[in-house]
Amino acid sequence: MEDIIPNKRIDIRGLHCPYTFVKSKLAIESMNVGEVLEIVLDYPEASVSIPKSMQDHGHKVLKVDKISEKDWLLLIRKEKE
Amino acid sequence: MDFTEDQILRYSRHIILPEVGGKGQAKISTAKVFLVGAGGLGCPVGYFLTAAGVGKIAIIDDDHVELSNLQRQIAHSTKTLGMPKVQSAKETFNALNPEVEIVPLKQRLTKDNILGLISDYDIVVDGSDNFPTRYLVNDACVIAGKPLVSGAILRFEGQVTTILPHQGHCYRCLFEEMPPPGLVPSCQEAGVLGVLPGIVGGLQAMEVLKLIIGQGDVLKETLLIIDALKTTFRKVKVPKNPKCPVCGENPTITELLDYNAAYCSA
Repeated sequence: MEDIIPNKRIDIRGLHCPYTFVKSKLAIESMNVGEVLEIVLDYPEASVSIPKSMQDHGHKVLKVDKISEKDWLLLIRKEKE
Repeated sequence: MDFTEDQILRYSRHIILPEVGGKGQAKISTAKVFLVGAGGLGCPVGYFLTAAGVGKIAIIDDDHVELSNLQRQIAHSTKTLGMPKVQSAKETFNALNPEVEIVPLKQRLTKDNILGLISDYDIVVDGSDNFPTRYLVNDACVIAGKPLVSGAILRFEGQVTTILPHQGHCYRCLFEEMPPPGLVPSCQEAGVLGVLPGIVGGLQAMEVLKLIIGQGDVLKETLLIIDALKTTFRKVKVPKNPKCPVCGENPTITELLDYNAAYCSA
C-alpha cells in the first residue's frame, strides 16, 4: 500500500473526550473534500470513538494505528462538506 | 473563523452537532438579533441566545424590574428590583457569556424609531405583551423584510410562529386586525403560569438559531399552539393571505401607523 501524505496534521495528545473529537471536527471542516487529516492522540477511548464519529459524519477512515505504547495515529479522508 | 480554546470548550456541544459544527457556530457568533421586550419571553430568549454565543443582541423595554415579574422573568432577580429591565437583563446575560454584545435600549418602540433600530439586525424576536406593539413589529418587519419570530403567552396557552416576510405568512395574515381593547385580557389581568414563557421563549430561541444556521424547518406558515394544562402542542397551517393589508399583493398599509391611537380609539 502506498504511503498517504496527509494534508493537515493535528496533535491532540493530552486531550480527553469530547474535545478530542471537537478538535478533529474543526480541523476537518477547514479542509477540502478529498484531503487527508492525520490525528495523533493518546486518549484510548478516542481511538475508537473518533473513527466511528468521522464515519457517522460521512468521512473515510483510512488508518487507525497504535504507534507507541500510548499513542495512536489516525488518517481520515474528508468525503463531504 | 478561528475559535479560541475557551470558545472551543464553551461551544463544544454545538460544534459536535453535524448540523452546526464550527461553521454553524461561526454564523451564530456573527449574528445580530433584536429582542422586543425584556419580560417573560425576552428573558429566556435572550438567555439562551447569549449562551449560544450570538454576536450581538439588542433588547428594548422601558420598564423597571418589579417583584411581581420574578415568578417568570428569569433574567431579573431580587437584587435588581427597581433597575431598568434592559440593564438587569444585560448584567445577567453578560455574567453568563461576556463575549456577547448586549445593547440595552430603555425606551419604547414607536412607528418613528422602529425601522432605524432594527435595520442593523438580522432577526427580530417579538416578546411584547400588547397588541399595538405586536402589530407595529409585524408591519415594520414586513416593510423591512426582516425575519420575525413571534411568541405570545396567556394563562396556560402559548403561541409561536416564524414570519419570513413575502416568503410566508405574516401576523396580519393570521389576525388581520387588532382585537378591540379589553377583549383579550393581559397577563396582569388573567395570570400566566411562570414556566410557560420559558417554554415559549425556548422555542423562539430555537427558531432563531435554526434561521441563523440555516438548518431544519421553522414555523413558516405555521402557528404552534401550546396548551400547557393538557400538555399538547398543535401545529396549525397559516397560509399567506394574498389580500393581507400589509404583505398581500395590493397592500393598504405601506407605511407604519400610530398603533396606540388606533387601539385606544377603537
